[in-house]
Parts: sequence; structure tokens; C-alpha cells
Amino acid sequence: MQKNSILIDVQNVWKAFDDNEVLKGITMQVHDGSSDVILGRSGIGKSVLLKSIVGLLHPERGSIHVMGEQVIGMKNRDLNRLRKSIGYVFQYAALYDSLNVRENLEFPLRKHTDADEEEITDRVLEQLRLVGLEHAIDKMPSELSGGMKKRIGLARAIIKRPSIVLYDEPTAGLDPITAREISELILSLEEQFGITSITVTHDLECARIIANHIYILDDGVFQHHGGYEELKASDDPYTRAFFQVAV
Amino acid sequence: MSTREKPQISYFHYTRQRLRSSMEEVYKITVFGLRFFRYVFVPPYEMGQVRKHLDDLGSKSLPLLTVVGVIMGLILALQSRPTLDRFGAGAFLPAMIALTIVRELGPVITALIVAGRVSSGIGAEVGSMKVTEQIDALEVSAVDPYNYLVVTRVLACIIILPLLTAYVDFLAIFGGFLAEWLSFNSSFQLYFTEVIQSLTFYDVLPGVGKTLAFGYIIGVIGAYQGFNTSRGTEGVGRAATSAVVLASLNIIFLDMVIIQLTFLFFGSGT
Repeated sequence: MQKNSILIDVQNVWKAFDDNEVLKGITMQVHDGSSDVILGRSGIGKSVLLKSIVGLLHPERGSIHVMGEQVIGMKNRDLNRLRKSIGYVFQYAALYDSLNVRENLEFPLRKHTDADEEEITDRVLEQLRLVGLEHAIDKMPSELSGGMKKRIGLARAIIKRPSIVLYDEPTAGLDPITAREISELILSLEEQFGITSITVTHDLECARIIANHIYILDDGVFQHHGGYEELKASDDPYTRAFFQVAV
Repeated sequence: MSTREKPQISYFHYTRQRLRSSMEEVYKITVFGLRFFRYVFVPPYEMGQVRKHLDDLGSKSLPLLTVVGVIMGLILALQSRPTLDRFGAGAFLPAMIALTIVRELGPVITALIVAGRVSSGIGAEVGSMKVTEQIDALEVSAVDPYNYLVVTRVLACIIILPLLTAYVDFLAIFGGFLAEWLSFNSSFQLYFTEVIQSLTFYDVLPGVGKTLAFGYIIGVIGAYQGFNTSRGTEGVGRAATSAVVLASLNIIFLDMVIIQLTFLFFGSGT
């Protein structure tokens, strides 16, 4: 894929749950290598958009192209092929609680690669080193703290070296220091592996650290978008309020 | 008059709505269950998961089933002996116990106990995976959650239930012998010869067939409830409870249908 080509192209996407219209014509484009952040209040539809991009939810209208392929209406088999190139970090990590950390990380490799046992072990250890949790390899998810779970979730999402990673509230529920560590970890992994990403958050500090481009979501559409400093200096009342409250 | 009519209309609407939502639920469970047959013969085969569930569902049910099996046979013998003696039919006790256990009590009691333990477990486990987004995580990992979570559990239930039923049948018949031996010092050889002579292929076949269907019901209903869990941990509890209630009801209903079919095709066996 050519650098600076559009990897994710969302055009006029509408999604409703019963009578509640959550997305009302969302449009965004994410370029190869870019780290885009969607900011907005809780419950405004940020995660709905992320789940629509990966085919977990099905919008009623619009189009979503990921790496040139239309996701909406895509057959499951094709969707699964596409998903192998996408990593997803869930809000509460969504680690498989019947598997320990090692097995959680091995899971995507065993399912989708022909790697032998040695390769799998090496890759798992490498991922754990990257997120600084080698000592947690045999722990069960229930034995991990919130921050550790996020790190393992992050390690699992990138273990297949995906081109795209989608982060759903990667710093939610963490103390400011751990949240900052996670944001810096995301930035360093993205730079290291050349990942294109969309991050959904309401954490401005996280957005400041990782974002190339920020979208402000309100009332089902992107009200504004731009760089962090550009939005911070914006005259728009909602954007100003968002930045001031967060500060 | 109008004040008396109003509640009648609302009750009518309420009943109609309940009936409609129940029918919709039955339809959804049927569609969910039928998907199993579409998936089970198509790769990828998650045999590792099936083995794991066989162990979870099977070996961990054994202690409870052992106790229930022996006591069921004991009680059946102790309760039946005085009545049979009154009609001078005490010698038929081993045959009566064997037929009752193999045809009916063994499969149904085993299925109900497994439904209580396993169906609720599946409902709770899959339900908690749903509310903590683990099912979504499987999906975005390009792993089909139905194949990975449902097919493996249903298959394990179908395989394990006939084996558990055979185990309970044997223990219950042995429990009957225990009661006879304690009361009358009956001969082991005589008792089991009577048991074996009384059983025919047509007594065993419907019993085994039933258990396959019961296993399917237990797995499908547990998984369906789990898969459709909503509203957090409260929903997980509800999924587990609903799984037991629905699975038990369906087992009893299906048993009634199978008894009728058995009589139709094989006769009453008398």
C-alpha cells in the first residue's frame, strides 16, 4: 500500500439503535501511517463507529472502505480475511478469562499462522518485553491490574503485526500516570511497527500524545477536526468547552 | 362499565404480547440451534475445545451423578418391593427396576441434573464473555464465535450425555441390587441375570436416542442464553437461570414426545 494512501475511508455513515440515531452521516479518512483520534463525551457513538469499521456493527447507510474493501455488507469469510490485518484494543481489554496471559497472546498466532512452537514462544516473549510484562506470562487475567490488562490487550492486538489498530478508550479507568504510560506505549509501538490507527477516547492527554489528527464527535457527526493545537485554539464553543473542562 | 373494560383490554394485549414474544424466542432458539448442523461438519474443527469441554462437563458431573444414581435405584427398589409383594410379583423387581431406569428415569434424571449443572454453566460462561466483549474479541480475531463457543459445547454435550446416562443407569440398577441385598441378601448373579434378560434392544435404543437429543438441547439453550445476554452481570445471572428453566422444560416436553413416538414405532413393550 502506497504511503499516504487512504487506509480507512468512512463516508456518510448512519447507525441507529431502535429510535436512537447515534451516527448521522459520519465521514472521515485515515491515511496510511496516521494516528487519528476521535474525541467526544461518553455514550456519543465513538465505539459504535469503531465497531462499524471492523464489521461488528452494521450501519444502515453509508460506506466504509478498509484497505480498499467495502466492509458494510461484506461476507463473513471476506470480513475475517480483512480482520487478520486489523488489531482491536477493547475498552476493558477483553482478555479471554479462561486462558492465561501466554495463551491469550498465543491465541491469534495459533489460529492464523503456521508458526511452530518455538516461533510462537519467541513472539509472545517479544510482545511481553515490548509492553514490559514478561513476569506476568503465567498469570490469569483475573490476577492482573487494570493497567496490566490494557498492556496485554495491546500486546495481543499487535502480535500479528496488523497494518491497522483500533483502540477503544485505551486509557479509560486508569490513574493519570498509568494512562500516560499507556499513551506513550501506544505511540512507541505505532512508530516502531508503522501502524495506522484510530483511537476513541475522551482523554485529552492521550489525544495530545498520540494524535496526528483529531475529530470531535457530537450529535452524531464530526463537528470539527484538525491538529491538537489547532483545536485547542478553536473559537467553537463546544470544542473550547471540551478542552477547558478536560484541562 | 368503561372502567371494567379497560383492564380486560390491557390483559388481552399483555397476553398477546407475551405469546408473541414467546413465539419469537422459540423461533430464535430454533434458528440458533439449527446453525449447529451447518457448522459441525465444516472446518475448522476445534477438537481441543471439544476435549476440554468433555472434561469440564463430564468428569465434573460424575460425583453428583454417582450419588443420585445409587440413591435413585435404592429408593426405587425400597418403594416398589412392598407393592410388588402384595401382588406376588416380587420376583419381577430386577426387571422392573431395569426397564424403569433404562427407558425413562436414567435418561431424564441424568439430563435434568446435567441441565442444572451444565446448561446454567454454559449460559453464565458465555454470558460473561458477551458482557466483557470477549465474544467481540473472538470475532475481530477472525475466529467465528459460534463455531468456537457454541459448536464445541453442544458437541461435547451430545457426546457426554449418553455416556453419563449409561453410567447412571448402571449405578441405579446396582443401587436396586444393594437394596435387595441389604433386605433379603439377594444373589448378585440372580439379580443381574434377571436385569439382562428383561432388557431388549428396543428398550435401550430409545433411551440412548433420547440422551443425544437431550445433550443437544442442554448445549443449545445454555449457549443461546449466554449469547443473548445483555445488561451486564445482572444479565449473566438471568441467562444462567433461564438456561436451566428452559432446558429442563424442553427435556420434559421432548421426553413426552419421544415416549409417544417410541410407543408408535416399537409398541409399549409389554
